[in-house]
Amino acid sequence: MLSPVPEPLVRFANVRKSYDGTVDAVSALNLEVARSEFLTLLGPSGSGKTTTLTMLAGFERPTEGRIFVDGEDVTDVPVEKRGIGMVFQNYALFPNMTVAENIAFPLRVRGVSRGEMNSKVMRALSMVRLDGFGDRRPQQLSGGQQQRVAVARALVFEPRLILLDEPLGALDRQLREQMQYELKHLHQRLDVTMVYVTHDQVEAMTMSDRVAVFSTGALRQVDEPRRLYEAPASLFVARFLGESNALPATVRQHDGGSCAAALATGETVTAVMPVRCAPGSAVHLVVRPEKILLGKAAQASPNRFAARIAEVTFLGDQTRLRLVAFGADDFIVKLANTAGQETFAPGTEIDIGWQAEDCRALAE
Amino acid sequence: MPSQSDTPTGWRPRHGVYWLIIMPALAMLVLLYLVPLADVLVTSVTDPKPGLDNFLLLFTSTSVQKTLLTTLRIAALTTFVALLLGYVVAYAMRAANSSQQRLMLFCVLLPFWISVLVRSFAWIALLSSRGPVNAGLMAWGLIDEPLPLVRNETGVLIGMVHVMLPYAVLTLYANMRGIDVRLVAAARSLGASRFQAFRMVFLPLTRPGLIGAGTLVFILSLGFYVTPALLGGGKVLMIAEYVAVQINDTLRWGLGTMLATTLMLSVLAALWALSRVLDVKRLFGA
Ligand SMILES: Nc1ncnc2c1ncn2[C@@H]1O[C@H](COP(=O)(O)OP(=O)(O)OP(=O)(O)O)[C@@H](O)[C@H]1O
Ligand SMILES: [Mg+2]
Repeated sequence: MLSPVPEPLVRFANVRKSYDGTVDAVSALNLEVARSEFLTLLGPSGSGKTTTLTMLAGFERPTEGRIFVDGEDVTDVPVEKRGIGMVFQNYALFPNMTVAENIAFPLRVRGVSRGEMNSKVMRALSMVRLDGFGDRRPQQLSGGQQQRVAVARALVFEPRLILLDEPLGALDRQLREQMQYELKHLHQRLDVTMVYVTHDQVEAMTMSDRVAVFSTGALRQVDEPRRLYEAPASLFVARFLGESNALPATVRQHDGGSCAAALATGETVTAVMPVRCAPGSAVHLVVRPEKILLGKAAQASPNRFAARIAEVTFLGDQTRLRLVAFGADDFIVKLANTAGQETFAPGTEIDIGWQAEDCRALAE
Repeated sequence: MPSQSDTPTGWRPRHGVYWLIIMPALAMLVLLYLVPLADVLVTSVTDPKPGLDNFLLLFTSTSVQKTLLTTLRIAALTTFVALLLGYVVAYAMRAANSSQQRLMLFCVLLPFWISVLVRSFAWIALLSSRGPVNAGLMAWGLIDEPLPLVRNETGVLIGMVHVMLPYAVLTLYANMRGIDVRLVAAARSLGASRFQAFRMVFLPLTRPGLIGAGTLVFILSLGFYVTPALLGGGKVLMIAEYVAVQINDTLRWGLGTMLATTLMLSVLAALWALSRVLDVKRLFGA
């Protein structure tokens, strides 16, 4: 893991959190967030994303470890002194206040003068394209509009950091996509640091500079979306982001970053090995479905195997093949819908293959 | 229509059966409640002679006015103190975990099962000049002379607050439970101190509960009879006791029923005013 810039805005140093004293909700967390970065915490339900965010916001105290913001140890700083804006999944707009009063709230508690407050609220309203909605009550707005008010309220006091916990979770697909775009746009325009939580991998890929993948309280990998997809460091990450074919195998020998591994069916495969495993250890060979070469193309590749087509599904932009290969029937191949693409019929025997650099040997 | 005879037309007979079932209760209600009530209303404008003379006493009789003022003052004070104490208890209940909550609810409801009469005598015993409260305070050297805690307005107030507290607590608690705790968390994250978050977010959201509990306690306090009669030591005359005296002792039925009618009309007016500001049904969890 490479740290992005010399001095990060946020740094988790060996943070552990246990609510009940027996199970760790978050364990051994070392994570840095760079200035102006859009970092997404991604992971399945219960993996510790919200816990990480609430510790940073100051609602929960780490059981162990320290949290630094701007070089300052904030582990014992109360919530209201941290100067961090937060957007909640349910928006948490104050129902007893108008939209404008909601947005003015962080300014009011900071004792900002009335004139300055008004102009800042106006600016925040137009930033989220809600000019003229200031006098409404939150209950009179649609879900997407409420969401935007929540964002404006977190932005208006110009915090150094904005945290968003599944802010789009309650919106329908179309509105979600539109809001993803708007949030990303705001992030770029305001040059603010955002830490975003989601369990939707597409959302994470769309919006983030970097994605931190969590599973059961542990940070598995932090990287740019593209590297996370192309170069997962573990089977979990490979499976969680996009689709993968994972073949169980045993390492025979390795040199440098690559290895030769034997499949259960006897074939030997050359693969990239990002994390060194001793000969004899069990790994999974992971190949993305779109990297599979078929027929003639496969014959030229170093890894070449026989397979039979079990099912063909046309999906518009791509065709999905399910193959019987390596003693199982769930080997997936994706073919982009390009000009001159061959068509395939179920039952056909076919050669499959892949380049050595497209196959990775990963431990669990 | 031919099909009508074979459809299970249980509608009419069954409807009749329902009426039969609720008839006794309805008859009791009409005979024992509505009829006497109407009688009270009629008496207030007919006794001793037809006309609004009785109601004129509201503006002319100093003793009537004094009683009304005492009643209003005590009811208002009771409401204020009960709301203040009830708010604290309800707030603590909301913050407690569920087993603590059950215990607190039990303690709040406990007085409901003890007769007002018993409670009043218990308070007299506790608060009298040689009772444990005064004795304790003197033993600690906090006071030299026993405080006049009972057989006066203070005693009435203490007794009435005690009776009213469960109503205030339950109404406020029902309201507070409906408030999303994340709103307070959000306020904190936006820079509000604990107190600011309470004052600017939580307190305004409990306004319906405060108005509801306040109205309920005030209305119920207006009609108190036993507690002021016993704890007031005959010195604190509230409207209910005044009415009783008119009817039982001085036999001025017209005056008594007039005051009863006035009380009832004021309560109805207060409820109507309340319904204008609040959704009463939602407030009481219906
Ligand atoms: N307040 C709490 N008290 C006790 N345990 C908690 C609390 N909050 C979370 N946990 C536990 O900590 C673990 C991590 O929870 P967390 O809410 O951080 O997950 P998450 O990644 O945000 O999941 P989701 O996607 O479902 O929101 C879970 O096992 C959860 O049960
Ligand atoms: Mg969560």
